[in-house]
Amino acid sequence: MDIGKDLVAASATPLVLAILSEGESYGYAIIKRVEELSGGELQWTDGMLYPVLHRLERNGLVTASWGRSEPGRRRKYYRLTDQGSEELANQQRQWQVINDTLRSTPFKLFQLAPQGI
Amino acid sequence: MAHVGGMQVLEERIDEWRRYLSRRQAIDATDVDELEDHLRSQVADLQEAGLDEEEAFLIGVKRLGELDTLSREFAREHSERLWKRLVVAEAEEGGAKWSREALVALGLAVAAALAIKVPALFGLSLNGPEAAQLFYARNFSFFVLPFLAGFFAWKRGMSSAGLLGLAAPFILGVLAVNLLPFDPGGYTEVLAALHLPMALWLAVGIGYAGGAWRSHERRMNYVRFSGEWFIYYVLIALGGGVLMMFTVFIFGAIGLDVEWLLESWILPCGVVGAVIIAGWLVEAKQSVIENMAPVLTQLFTPLFTIMLMAFLATMVWTGSGIDVEREVLIGFDLLLVLVVGLLLYAISARDPKAQPGFFDALQLVLVICALLVDAMALWAILARLSAFGFSPNRVAALGENLILVVNLGWSAVLYTRFLRKRAGFAPLERWQTAYLPVYAVWAWIVVVIFPLVFGFR
Repeated sequence: MDIGKDLVAASATPLVLAILSEGESYGYAIIKRVEELSGGELQWTDGMLYPVLHRLERNGLVTASWGRSEPGRRRKYYRLTDQGSEELANQQRQWQVINDTLRSTPFKLFQLAPQGI
Repeated sequence: MAHVGGMQVLEERIDEWRRYLSRRQAIDATDVDELEDHLRSQVADLQEAGLDEEEAFLIGVKRLGELDTLSREFAREHSERLWKRLVVAEAEEGGAKWSREALVALGLAVAAALAIKVPALFGLSLNGPEAAQLFYARNFSFFVLPFLAGFFAWKRGMSSAGLLGLAAPFILGVLAVNLLPFDPGGYTEVLAALHLPMALWLAVGIGYAGGAWRSHERRMNYVRFSGEWFIYYVLIALGGGVLMMFTVFIFGAIGLDVEWLLESWILPCGVVGAVIIAGWLVEAKQSVIENMAPVLTQLFTPLFTIMLMAFLATMVWTGSGIDVEREVLIGFDLLLVLVVGLLLYAISARDPKAQPGFFDALQLVLVICALLVDAMALWAILARLSAFGFSPNRVAALGENLILVVNLGWSAVLYTRFLRKRAGFAPLERWQTAYLPVYAVWAWIVVVIFPLVFGFR
């Protein structure tokens, strides 16, 4: 399934923050985790994750540090800050509102409708 | 074995990809590192899944996204990077090297600043009697340019033979202006003082080229350097002027007169120190910031062309000749210097492989106009030269005029050939760089031979 560009962009921040709330991580692992969690339904253009991470870093939601990977390559690790945790909670509430609203409209019925009408 | 070969191919492909990515302004070196780690992780995973290196690499790159889109996304987040920065960009990359070079430049600038105050210890004050002032006028270059030359000699790691070649013109200069028995304040002394900096500036070029001054590319680079250096120097001088103005003003506000301090220390030391600092800045900012001299050239070439055409038209319309006064020849020399400068910087910034265009035609029009104007001035002057006699000043001005006219005349020929597609652009470039030693030789003739010929008048 192709998910619209705007929706992918809008969900990127909460997804990245949520994945980082599980612990420190790096770009490639975050992409893998997104694929895994969405069952392969949500596919990002890999490179686009990095500007998002850099924006979160600039806004103080995550901190970055250079470390080493297993084969000894330079790797940039990201970690959620306290401010990032707050923002995650904030985003959670916002998405909850949207989710609740959608569920209380006929939108929900489409989920129940049989495929292929 | 085959596997090792494959690894090498992958390394080469990644290297190539890195270089390609690094060319994007919005993506800096650490971003490339980060993306490389991503790509390598991806490639490793795909290989584990059974793909070969080639396929894994191609898919990995494709998944990172199209370069233009990626670059745009990075630019949106890092818009500040689109403004090329000098200091920060340099500091982020190899910081150690940068700071060592900065320290050497700063050290040399301070050394030059102190050197200009050394003669004061021997009673030769800058605002002293006429003899002292003439001493400074003759020797000014030696307080500055050896340090600049030294900076390049250090940076290029010149051999001792090269250093000797670099030092020779400076030694010759020192001996000439200090041992020749000039009449104090005479024409030949003033001319020597005016021409020595030019002769030595070209000598600094030997250091800039790391001794390989015969190379046309190095010469052209030195021309580019000189243009940028001049612009930086003017900017620093403007800043320094503002600083001094405020210093006088705020100390004046508490009743302290600091003008003597500025005049005898800050101004002379700043004037020489800034020469080195400007040189270092131009070196450091290479490829970080667009060159300014060619931009100014593009801006002013049309304006000067219009001005000269208007002048010629007016002269034809009113039928009035050039009024030959004392300063006229020098004025027309300066006009030619300016046109040669415009030509030189237009050439230095031009892509030699590009087809002839409108700007090239404009350049030719400018050169021809300048030649016509100068021919008329020369005619007027030559016609009455017998009445003036051959003074050192007039011979120097005439010689310079001749040198510049020859340069511009042949440039016009080469430009015409280029515009008619009879020849490429390269001959024009080579003509300009091949001509540089002519200026040096003439400057040395004025410094060394003129006093002898004209009896130190």
